[in-house]
Amino acid sequence: MTPMEEHGNLTTDVIVYLVLLGIAGLQIILAYSYHGGGEGLLGRLLIVAAIQAVVAVLFFMHLRWENRAMLVSVAVVTLFVLISLQYSWSDSFRLLHGVPFARFH
Amino acid sequence: MSEANLTMEAHGTGLMEASPFAVPAKKLAMWLFIIADAMTFAAVLIAYGFLRNSTPSWPEPFEFSPSIINVMVMTFILISSSLTMLFAIRAAQVSDKARAFTWILITALAGAVFALLHIREWLGMIGQGVGLFHNPWGTPLFGAAFFCVTGLHLLHVTGGVIALVAVGLRYQRGRYKADDIEILGLYWHFVDIVWMFVVPLVYLLSIHR
Repeated sequence: MTPMEEHGNLTTDVIVYLVLLGIAGLQIILAYSYHGGGEGLLGRLLIVAAIQAVVAVLFFMHLRWENRAMLVSVAVVTLFVLISLQYSWSDSFRLLHGVPFARFH
Repeated sequence: MSEANLTMEAHGTGLMEASPFAVPAKKLAMWLFIIADAMTFAAVLIAYGFLRNSTPSWPEPFEFSPSIINVMVMTFILISSSLTMLFAIRAAQVSDKARAFTWILITALAGAVFALLHIREWLGMIGQGVGLFHNPWGTPLFGAAFFCVTGLHLLHVTGGVIALVAVGLRYQRGRYKADDIEILGLYWHFVDIVWMFVVPLVYLLSIHR
């Protein structure tokens, strides 16, 4: 296992913590300031959540300092999960307009 | 070469193989578990999304006070607990057992407070008539979906708190090493990351305007 001194330092941890708190606050502000449709708000919130997740995985879970092959493997899975969430939630908004495969009027 | 080695090599167990990704097997196992659990949560959240948007009378019950304020406090506690977990890991890596154990207990306490706040929120909603099969504001599916999604996360937090205390005690007694604290930290950070998706999808998309 790589030594902890290669995993950033205490200052890095605190900075990342403050960044994550800031992003969480941004989510709340976005939710209350955006007055458009649900799909628009969904996209914005998911992008912010994805940024939070990537920052946490890279710095808090120390993936940034791991073996490159492991980083790529986890990145592929993470991207798959994020894309699945983005695609499926966006697709689900079709159902707000009626039955599946219904045309927009 | 010992007889044991000869026997093992004859069975082709590959004793001399390097570990995949150059990490210890238990760390790789934790990462694989996290990946599998991430898929589970993604599936649950995707199902929640289709359920929400296909149901005509989906409520938007979360007022700023007390619901969103409660969520903000819970988020702050969980993110802060990830920081305290990092403090514990750093202390463990320099073999400062006392400090590492203290930070582990603080992390566990934060997790317990998070769980209590969550249960308090649940009790408030149950008091208003929301349950698995009924919902005063619209479709009963809301209650079932909400309690399932948040309940699954709460179960992970509770398990994490128990694991923190158990591993912390064993680490203090010398049975576990600093590596084990780091591996447990991976799980705790994962639980935090999941909450970062639960908040916008379950709460923020359904705020009461």
